[in-house]
Amino acid sequence: MEQIIREKIILVKKGDQSAYEDLVSFYQNKIYQHCYRMLGNAHEAEDIAQEAFIRAYVNIHSFDEKRKFSSWLYRIATNLSIDRLRKRKPDYFLDAEVKGTDGLDMYSQLQSEGASLVEEVENNELQRYIHTKISELPPKYRSIIILRYLEEFSLKEISEILDIPIGTVKTRIHRGREALRKRLRHV
Amino acid sequence: MKCNAETIGLMHKYLDGDITTEEEQQLKYHLEDCEACQEHFRELKRTLTLIQSAERFEAPANFTANVMKNLPTEKKQVKYLRWFKMHPMLTAAAVFFILMFTGVFFTWEQDNQLVVSKQENLIIEGDTVIVPEGEVVEGDLLVKNGNLIINGTVDGNVTLVNGKLIDDDPLDNRGLMASVGEINGEFESVDQTFDWILYKLKGFAKKVFSFE
Ligand SMILES: [Zn+2]
Repeated sequence: MEQIIREKIILVKKGDQSAYEDLVSFYQNKIYQHCYRMLGNAHEAEDIAQEAFIRAYVNIHSFDEKRKFSSWLYRIATNLSIDRLRKRKPDYFLDAEVKGTDGLDMYSQLQSEGASLVEEVENNELQRYIHTKISELPPKYRSIIILRYLEEFSLKEISEILDIPIGTVKTRIHRGREALRKRLRHV
Repeated sequence: MKCNAETIGLMHKYLDGDITTEEEQQLKYHLEDCEACQEHFRELKRTLTLIQSAERFEAPANFTANVMKNLPTEKKQVKYLRWFKMHPMLTAAAVFFILMFTGVFFTWEQDNQLVVSKQENLIIEGDTVIVPEGEVVEGDLLVKNGNLIINGTVDGNVTLVNGKLIDDDPLDNRGLMASVGEINGEFESVDQTFDWILYKLKGFAKKVFSFE
């Protein structure tokens, strides 16, 4: 697959738009979903994901095809999402540290004895609840949790995508996990 | 080992695959004796399972089309190239007609004169072109309506149209190609009108289909 992607990119660099169409349709769901999780709504997700693909196309010459194209796309999409969040939220929001949200919530009742976790999670409402809890994390934790556990990037790849030191990625992922542990323990 | 800070740090190291064998032992021993940490660790692992089952989202149906609509326009040249690639038979037919109307056949009948693509470093004797010993011809060489003797080197492709590659040293029995000088490229001999057209077509097709 990586090889096919690389060949498409070479064609795109020569100005072939139909090769780019193949790339967009291959990555559209991943990037759209990433933006959705970062932004929390369909309208902005579509807007920013579109913008990410257009930026990638316009800047394709600066992309080194020896590197992973998906990382590069995620990087553009993440940066655009954070810019968008910055525009709509006050600045302190971005740098806010995670606070625990202990206490019971409506989903605690879902936990029934004997039912396996997997069965529980097949419940759509629960899937949405988990999504909501992730998207309530401050963006700097949210992006890392999403990239690590939903897009399955390695810590090193995340450090490249977000352009932050791997030590910082680790600190944030620890805090993100702890925050979600508190928010999901009653599920 | 102190409970919270240290043990929890080890749990996260474990989850990141950063834990050493020694630290893992340490964590294991502590967990055996500490229910609070056991619970914490269980919750963390469970949290990761839960995260992975977060709701999934798919791009709207027209997503790719919308991106494509909003891209800056592509270079025209590439559009043509793609068309040629997608319609090879039509392209071949079109090229054939272009050649007919631009008088390739006519040229072929009329033109019996010796044609050499370049003159530098070459000796021409009557209808024979010689690449002298020790000389290097740089680039492709085309000889039409004449014979060719290569004693030196051609640094490129050689095309002979309606002519022969002559062995200058008939006493040598090693065969034609072996006794001539060097061709650092492809050698191609074209003898008939039809071959000539194919040759032309091939050249054109190469130009059209090559993206380099
Ligand atoms: Zn303990």
